[in-house]
Amino acid sequence: MKSISLEIEEGELLAFIGHNGSGKTTLLRILATLDTPTSGRYLYRGKEIDELYKLNKRVTLVFQKSTMFNSSVEENVAYGLKMRNFPKLEIEGKVSEALELVKMQDHAEKNAKDLSGGEQQRIALARAFVTDPELLLLDEPTANIDPGNAKIVERAIRKIVEDGNTTVAIATHTLFQARRLSERTAHLYDGEILEEGRTKELFENPRNEKTEKFISGELIF
Amino acid sequence: MKDKRVLVLAVIIGVAAIAGAIWYYQTLYRQEQRILTVSTTTSLYDTGLLEDAVGPAFREDTGTELHFIPKGTGAAIEDAKMGNSDLILVHAKSAEREFMEDGYGVNRKVIAYNFFTIVGPAEDPAGIQGMPPADALERIYEKRNEEDVVWASREDGSGTNVKEINLWESADLSYEEDVQGMEWYRGTGSGMGETLNFCDTADAYTLADMGTYLSYREKGLIDLEVLVDEGKELTNVYGVIPVNPEEYDRDFEGAMEFTKWLTSSEAQELIGEYGVEEFGRTLFHPAVEVLDGGKSADPEYSWLVEFGLIDGTECPEEYRYQASEYNIEFHEN
Amino acid sequence: MSLEFILEGIRRAIHLIITGDPLVMSIALRSIYVSGIATLIASVWSIPIGVSLGMYEFRGISFVRGLFNSLIGIPTVVLGLILYLLLVPRGPFGFLNLIYTPLGISIGQAILITPIVVSFTASAVESVETDVRELAITLGAGRLESTITVLKEGINGIILSIVSGFNRAIAELGIAMMIGGNILVTGSALNTRVLTTSIQMYTVRGEIGVAIALGIILLLIVFSISMILNLFRRDGR
Repeated sequence: MKSISLEIEEGELLAFIGHNGSGKTTLLRILATLDTPTSGRYLYRGKEIDELYKLNKRVTLVFQKSTMFNSSVEENVAYGLKMRNFPKLEIEGKVSEALELVKMQDHAEKNAKDLSGGEQQRIALARAFVTDPELLLLDEPTANIDPGNAKIVERAIRKIVEDGNTTVAIATHTLFQARRLSERTAHLYDGEILEEGRTKELFENPRNEKTEKFISGELIF
Repeated sequence: MKDKRVLVLAVIIGVAAIAGAIWYYQTLYRQEQRILTVSTTTSLYDTGLLEDAVGPAFREDTGTELHFIPKGTGAAIEDAKMGNSDLILVHAKSAEREFMEDGYGVNRKVIAYNFFTIVGPAEDPAGIQGMPPADALERIYEKRNEEDVVWASREDGSGTNVKEINLWESADLSYEEDVQGMEWYRGTGSGMGETLNFCDTADAYTLADMGTYLSYREKGLIDLEVLVDEGKELTNVYGVIPVNPEEYDRDFEGAMEFTKWLTSSEAQELIGEYGVEEFGRTLFHPAVEVLDGGKSADPEYSWLVEFGLIDGTECPEEYRYQASEYNIEFHEN
Repeated sequence: MSLEFILEGIRRAIHLIITGDPLVMSIALRSIYVSGIATLIASVWSIPIGVSLGMYEFRGISFVRGLFNSLIGIPTVVLGLILYLLLVPRGPFGFLNLIYTPLGISIGQAILITPIVVSFTASAVESVETDVRELAITLGAGRLESTITVLKEGINGIILSIVSGFNRAIAELGIAMMIGGNILVTGSALNTRVLTTSIQMYTVRGEIGVAIALGIILLLIVFSISMILNLFRRDGR
């Protein structure tokens, strides 16, 4: 990763686009405090963050390929709530809601490892937002799943943003997805942010040459 | 880091608790139940005499448990030298003498005898049937290059092996140079039973103690025949030697008790009758009455003297220990 | 035809098993007890080591892992000999009075199976460590909580390591023979005749029926323990 300067606004949905290897995952990991930057500062709501895992209860990251716990779908989704010591009844309610949002309520008792890839990704999403994180990070959430599941995931993401309490950053290499979902987009290239701005403008009038090429599909890395 | 130390402590406590509990229970048992550990030979043990007759009878009389550890004579003696047993029960005079010479054993008593025999396939390719033992071995050596002449040896330092080496010597042959490792030789490195099993499959000759041979023959495990069974050199004498209390702190009193019990008329009768029921003939001859009988019990008496006594006595004076306190006597020729 | 005596042996064996012959049963139970204790002891000290090897990284860790891996196949007679020399009264640990006792065998077998339990546990934990650890943390788990979660996810592998250890222990002969002595005295608490030593003994004595019976039982034990524990595994797939 080279040098990056970026500001994320509360409540917005920001998309990172760029090729594989452009640094999207690294950036998300730093935002989630799974890694620390080698230089520079990370300011979260004005406070400087320089410790690993410091924000783990406020920022959640959904990995590109999600690991399921070897237990039921319900238990998977409830995990974060248990870690936050929510009372049992409340957990039940929240889990139901979350499962409904990703349309997995009928699979509540199944062992999560028995689900298909797409279903697991939906659970991963439910698991992540059920705890109402301040910042929700999604690393290529629909990258390896079929269109049917992808649609459900995107709808859920939109709903989350609409509810207003969560800031969402999503890394994607599907341009259409960025256009569909985000208000702002940043283009990452080789560890740098080449351009960022309101999604509509970035896509219709990209200022950076490489960005223009990327959007038009010409830029092969 | 602090969790680590707690964990290590927990592990140590866990292991100590489990092992400690069992260890404690074992120790407690040992305190309440008297146990004598006897190092003995497989030939003696495999006949069943010890586990089925001697052990139960002694326990009934005295309440003491006998733990028999059978290995080849050499290994049994090594075991005793390591301090694992309270006494040894073997049949190799020279090794027994050495055991006492090295200071490990005292108060040897002779308790039984039987005979070795050279056994082999019924067809007897070397034609040794009925010959005196030295001649028979000479003949086998002569015919060694014939295809079906094979000699098997236990090659394990056991009493039988020692006797075998002596017999080869009496035939003017060196076991190490002329016999061992030769083409017609098979060293099994194992007990009498296994060696007999081997000879049965390989149609080989070997030296066997009568007890094991008979018991295996009777069970239908082997088809081998007794080919040579006459000759004083074949005398096989069993001796019992308690472990020297000055060398190891073991149950010397118990060992002396067992030693004396073995020479009691009750035990001698038990030994002398063992095998009749199961095999149709006895496997051992009680030695005490022969020794007591002296010349009147010849020729057996002379054989016992030659092959069972050390320097003309059951136990040479220098290896006797508090004989009068334990009220034990040693036959002298 | 030499199949006859084998068939006869099997016939006798089945009879012994079905009628629950007390001698055969007592030997089997003793095997389970002795090797069970061995597995218990080995697990207590091996699982923490295995977990640490799976979770942490430090300089030289691959060497340690490799060391345990290579010790998995140590010949039991070699280990038996080493232990014999250490445990005889003349030896450094003779004062423990472990030679020719069941506890002696248990401890010997515990040492034997330690590399197995450590290695399998380390592998199991290693395979879940990174993914599960980060997942748990991003969901809000603290240090200890995420460790517990990692262990929970790796539990199948840990159970497998214990079962593997037990199977190796109950099936070994070298240690049971040299340290145990194959002692059987009716009513004694210090009997050390177990399945492996008695199979050897009965075979040598030509009592094929009993030997086969004991062999079948040993196989049954090994198979059924694996099978039962498979049922209890929380299995996703």
